[in-house]
Amino acid sequence: MSIDTMELDTAEKIAAIPIDEIDVSRPSLFQQDTIGLFFDRLRKEKPVHYCRESHVGPFWSITKFDDIMAVDTNHKVFSSEAKLGGIAIQDMHSVEGALELEMFIAMDPPKHDQQRKAVTPAVAPSNLLLLEPTIRERACQILDDLPIGEEFDWVDKVSIELTTMTLATLFDFPWEERRKLTRWSDVTTAAPETGIVASYEARREELIECAMYFKGLWDQRVNEPPRNDLISIMAHSPATKDMPFLEFLGNLLLLIVGGNDTTRNSISGGVLALNQNPTEYRKLNNDPSLIASMVPEIIRWQTPLTHMRRTALQDWEIGGKQIKKGDKVVMWYLSGNRDETIIDQADRFIIDRKNPRHHLSFGYGIHRCMGNRLAELQLRIIWEEIHKRFAKVEVTGEPERLYSTLVRGITKLPVRLHAR
Amino acid sequence: MVKVTFVSSDGTRREVEIAEGETAREAALFNGVPGIDGDCGGACACATCHVHVDPTWIDKVGRLKEGEAEAELLQFAEGASEYSRLACQIPMEAEMEGLVLHVPAQQY
Repeated sequence: MSIDTMELDTAEKIAAIPIDEIDVSRPSLFQQDTIGLFFDRLRKEKPVHYCRESHVGPFWSITKFDDIMAVDTNHKVFSSEAKLGGIAIQDMHSVEGALELEMFIAMDPPKHDQQRKAVTPAVAPSNLLLLEPTIRERACQILDDLPIGEEFDWVDKVSIELTTMTLATLFDFPWEERRKLTRWSDVTTAAPETGIVASYEARREELIECAMYFKGLWDQRVNEPPRNDLISIMAHSPATKDMPFLEFLGNLLLLIVGGNDTTRNSISGGVLALNQNPTEYRKLNNDPSLIASMVPEIIRWQTPLTHMRRTALQDWEIGGKQIKKGDKVVMWYLSGNRDETIIDQADRFIIDRKNPRHHLSFGYGIHRCMGNRLAELQLRIIWEEIHKRFAKVEVTGEPERLYSTLVRGITKLPVRLHAR
Repeated sequence: MVKVTFVSSDGTRREVEIAEGETAREAALFNGVPGIDGDCGGACACATCHVHVDPTWIDKVGRLKEGEAEAELLQFAEGASEYSRLACQIPMEAEMEGLVLHVPAQQY
């Protein structure tokens, strides 16, 4: 691929940057997919690294697996609180005209714990068992409608469609209007400079429209017998039925965003990784039982969220470096997932790894991804059904990547299907 | 070696042995006992080695302590009970000989 020669040039340039001047907050590094070379240097030369100046201000980078685990599990020192900046490298600013959403991912205990406990049953294993047949039936429909031997965009036709329909299933959302969920997910994380919304006022308006829509669903479900969709669970559960409306909306949007970008990009990333590693693709074709270990390997390999951020509530030492109270601390999951000292041949995609679930993509500690089993379920179903139908999903051109420091996204992936 | 029995949700009993000083998580993983994932590597960070200690053993093993990391994680686990523990936090010392642990249907 043409990317190889580009990487050689870039690799030399990257090697020449003084270590203290490295700034991994630039979205272009992720879009060009050269970010790995920067993290290789940080892990080797300065695994706990301070960047003095960047477009998001000064921040610490934590790049090794064990150090990341130590920060992630220490929520008493490293806070997720929105008012302190929240959970991403870019501060959750209080922008005029923006809607202030309450989401438990950006809260500390005890409030975090109460809200998380209330929403968890919707994505707990026993509920997923009930949802699995519907998700599979809908996945089959998506795959059966795809053209054979013709080039099309995998991201739009499969990755987005599958994650959107899963969300619609989870919420028992009106089927024909399901792309509203995709839109609201994009709008929730959008700032005006992304072009997704024109202004914060426009964003606010769309989110209010979203709120009213869900209010309608809530009113309908609360008057019906309890069912296993998320809205019905929340409308009937003592822990959530009296939830203030902005909290209800915030938690719904958290689930929409959490279940959308992430799994979408793992679905695309898996196709790309198998094409870049033909030996692994052959292994899979010869033995589909490897899907079980391939799914967590795809999630490690893609690392759909590159990082989570915390704010230090007191001075603390990590890897011999002194973090000060109030400092912004960024746990780079994408880097920790390539840490050779913890993961054997970490820079290789291997679908039959011995211990594939030992990765950082879901985070650890009390904020560990709540939808992790749902993500794995969707990936497992789609690969089982792909295997039954197609000998190969062939990537036919260069992927396009998202301009984002947080979401490691693939926006376009041209493919052609080979019938089995 | 210390003997420990894992009882799956369908009632299947598996008696395995593990070297003293390892934990109940290793007892399951090293012996291929299904139903224990242990994603985080035994660091009390993911709650995917959730077990229900047999009521006859709970006092010897000890209960969750409020405010500690293990209890904080298990509060979100499906089906958590007063007998819930993380297998990675149960050291297999000689006095645990004969321990009985019940494995939930699924880890979360």
